[in-house]
Amino acid sequence: MKSPTNYNDAESLGLLREEFDKICQILNRKPNFTELSIYSVMWSEHCSYKNSILWLKKLPKKGSQMLVEAGEENAGLVDIGDGLACAFKIESHNHPSALEPYQGAATGVGGINRDIFTMGARPIAQLNSLRFGELKNNRTQWLLKGVVRGIGDYGNSFGIPTVGGETFFDKSYNANPLVNAFSAGIMKKGDMISAVAKGAGNPVFIVGSSTGKDGINGAAFASKDLTEDSMNDIPSVQVGDPFQEKLLLEATMELSKTNTLVGMQDMGAAGIICSTSEMSSSGNCGMKINLEKVPTRQNMLPHEILLSESQERMLLVIKKGKESSALKIFKKWDLNCEKIGEVTDGDMLEFYFNNELIASVPSKSLVLGGGAPVYQREYKEPEYYKEYKNFRISKILPPENIIQVANEIIKLPNIASKKWIYQQYDSMVGTVNMGTNLPSDASIVNLKDTNKALAMTVDCNARYVHADPEIGCAIAVCEAARNIICSGGKPLAITNCLNFGNPYDPEVYWQFVKSIEGMKFACEKLNTPVTGGNVSFYNQTVTKDGAEPCFPTPTIGMIGLVHDKEKTMTLNFKNKGDLIYLIGDCYDDISSSEYLANYLNIDSSPAPFFDIESELLLHKTISSLIESGQINSAHDVSDGGLYVALIESCIANNLGFDIFTNHDFRLDAYLFGESQSRVVVSIDPKKKKIFENFLKNKSNYTFLGEVSNGKIVIDDMDFGNIEVVKQDYLNSIENILES
Amino acid sequence: MKFGVVVFPGSNCDEDAVYALRNILNQEVVKLWHKDTNIKDVDFIIIPGGFSYGDYLRSGAIAKFSPIMNEVKKFAADGGFVLGICNGFQILCEANLLPGTLTRNINHNFICKNVFIKSQHNLTIFTENTGDKNIFKIPIAHAEGRYFADEKTLQSIIDNKQIIFKYCSKDGEINKLSNPNGSLKNIAGICNIKRNVFGMMPHPERACDVNLNNTDGKTVLSGAIEMFKNMGK
Repeated sequence: MKSPTNYNDAESLGLLREEFDKICQILNRKPNFTELSIYSVMWSEHCSYKNSILWLKKLPKKGSQMLVEAGEENAGLVDIGDGLACAFKIESHNHPSALEPYQGAATGVGGINRDIFTMGARPIAQLNSLRFGELKNNRTQWLLKGVVRGIGDYGNSFGIPTVGGETFFDKSYNANPLVNAFSAGIMKKGDMISAVAKGAGNPVFIVGSSTGKDGINGAAFASKDLTEDSMNDIPSVQVGDPFQEKLLLEATMELSKTNTLVGMQDMGAAGIICSTSEMSSSGNCGMKINLEKVPTRQNMLPHEILLSESQERMLLVIKKGKESSALKIFKKWDLNCEKIGEVTDGDMLEFYFNNELIASVPSKSLVLGGGAPVYQREYKEPEYYKEYKNFRISKILPPENIIQVANEIIKLPNIASKKWIYQQYDSMVGTVNMGTNLPSDASIVNLKDTNKALAMTVDCNARYVHADPEIGCAIAVCEAARNIICSGGKPLAITNCLNFGNPYDPEVYWQFVKSIEGMKFACEKLNTPVTGGNVSFYNQTVTKDGAEPCFPTPTIGMIGLVHDKEKTMTLNFKNKGDLIYLIGDCYDDISSSEYLANYLNIDSSPAPFFDIESELLLHKTISSLIESGQINSAHDVSDGGLYVALIESCIANNLGFDIFTNHDFRLDAYLFGESQSRVVVSIDPKKKKIFENFLKNKSNYTFLGEVSNGKIVIDDMDFGNIEVVKQDYLNSIENILES
Repeated sequence: MKFGVVVFPGSNCDEDAVYALRNILNQEVVKLWHKDTNIKDVDFIIIPGGFSYGDYLRSGAIAKFSPIMNEVKKFAADGGFVLGICNGFQILCEANLLPGTLTRNINHNFICKNVFIKSQHNLTIFTENTGDKNIFKIPIAHAEGRYFADEKTLQSIIDNKQIIFKYCSKDGEINKLSNPNGSLKNIAGICNIKRNVFGMMPHPERACDVNLNNTDGKTVLSGAIEMFKNMGK
């Protein structure tokens, strides 16, 4: 073993002095450079969750629907009936995408899908949640184009449909975009592959791409601020190969049907060291690994082989004696598969290079829940929080020309159609996307050969979270649930992607803590356990003038089940003459609305009005309306308010609406306010009486007017024709990108 | 009647084609692995969409050298019926079983959306038996789908009525606006001169399942199947 290291070495690798002391204690000696590198990545924020785990543990994770709870495997597993289970998860790839948007985003898609199929589930659909800076900036446009092409090229080739997502623009993301990728997969209950190593003497194999120098120290890179020098970290960005991933998928699916595997884990952050330590630790064993056996693309040092984050690789433990049947499958798919070591008793991970022991560390000491450090961070309420609460709508003059506001709102990048983005994703491969021809609030995925469909959505209005993290995050969870409810589904569980600034900044950490509290509150009320996800800190840009955190963005990915797919509800108006109702209460509230923030350019306001009990009542009301076949469409009121919800309901069938507003409220608040827990529904006029009777003792409702053949009329004012508004809605992002 | 669906390692519409044929159109289907050197006893071969071997070089550029393609060529030469969809169309052009080529879309982007296509005559099994219907809503999903051929080739496929589908508007207008990818003459699908090898960029197998609320693809495929059977095949 080579020469021992010291504090300076530790600090240069991003470890604290106290962490170095802890390593010495664990090893009972000073670590050598390879060992120190191992701890630096395994104890990085990205792998160890050291600054977040105490709070994550507070989130609800139990439920009768759960087959595998958060933290037990690569992803959570939910029972969806018919002998099927759904594995789903969301993950960030923010830092790589900020430097190299194409590969950063592509490998994010690859990573999340590997998490799913490593468990034995075949991915069935993907979503993504993206945040960019102001769209008018050249850099934003470069990032947007790169990220979209990266997601598209990888996902399209891999062959799993991208069925939905969200994109949000705000100046707080100017330097640090967020790229969160979601994947859901289906397996037969009981077919799960565990990420575990067991049984001394069982061989350990590496399969997939050769190992190269790409992505070395990626996990450590993701665990620090982005600065002006971050371009020097470009070698930390990995390169994706979707074809290789497709081969791995098919081979894994075949392998899962044989009785050859002990366990398997994909190699994501921190490569071989992460997969060997996590698999060994969960099986209470050790491993002896010969690093020279790892197929490499170039000459590499042992610590580089250990830490490389080259993509499309898996670590497998195979039952001794069954090697040949596994190898046969890999050969069929032309995949490179090499034995690199074996499972040992005890808990030591021993890495050899040409018979020389180059690192020897206890597996448990490296991992979350084992020896990895856990920190309680300080937090402090930021000053802006109270300031925002001083906002009064009375200080804002009502607009002189409401029609002009409406025309502009529809073109705002956060409101306008994301067609330019989603048309670059194959949304139809797999022939399961039920939203292509009839859109719903959530993405609806057909579960072939059953009566069911899977509903899925990603949601987070980060402006609300910034204004009030606790309420904003609760809203994110509820909006996700509302989308599933409005589609005829029942929410089942969530995964989260927690994108925040530097955790050592007490005000950032306060945003994190309050978000967790809001998420916990909402998830408990909705009975949607948290199945896992990931935390991405350090999403801020450090310049000469200090650190600028991006909006706190706890993205919620939710799945739900439509029990009878015949009853899937869609969002678009169906017939001229249908009556339009608003279910839920109205308020004189424009706080944190798109109208206030991006039309009036006022940043300082609290989160919009939100009351959990009204939200829950709304869910019950909408579900019973759908169940009893009373409505023709349902669409929730979210970004852009009632006006935008109405317009979105008109797009698919080129219809319009003729409505009257309620003069108890300001017209701008009525049309563009974003107070929560409201849904627009349309009904057959013949059902008016039954419908109104049905709603007695349920949510409050307002009769708005009726569906027209294309004219948009509000309070007898002519807002134009849907044909014109639709062109603005569909093309404004493309127009900005091309101008 | 037995269909064979070719499976390259990067095919990703193979299962969709099998599902549409077997579960929706009630046909017998077998998969033909790319390393196979025998075509079994199939009556009709489908080369599905996807990214055959990753297609990093050029769509279909490697697939044309695969063992199964030798068999497909022999099968077609003997008059066997072959349909290439999307990547399958690209492969058939690369393998010279169909004239012309598919180049990068005019906007340089991958495009996935519903488009409308119009059959150009009733001289193939795909266009002869669709009743009064000659405009179909079928999705596309490709980055390299812009049909191109040199002037001479183009003239000959026009003269020989080898163009089977053109991109059109909802109402059947064939113009620049209804051309999603910049294809010459709005070409969406063609056949060979013997009318037994077909290629189209739109995905009929994606428009078969009533659960997805569009069955125009089923109309095209089931019409062809019936014609094929009527021919005594």
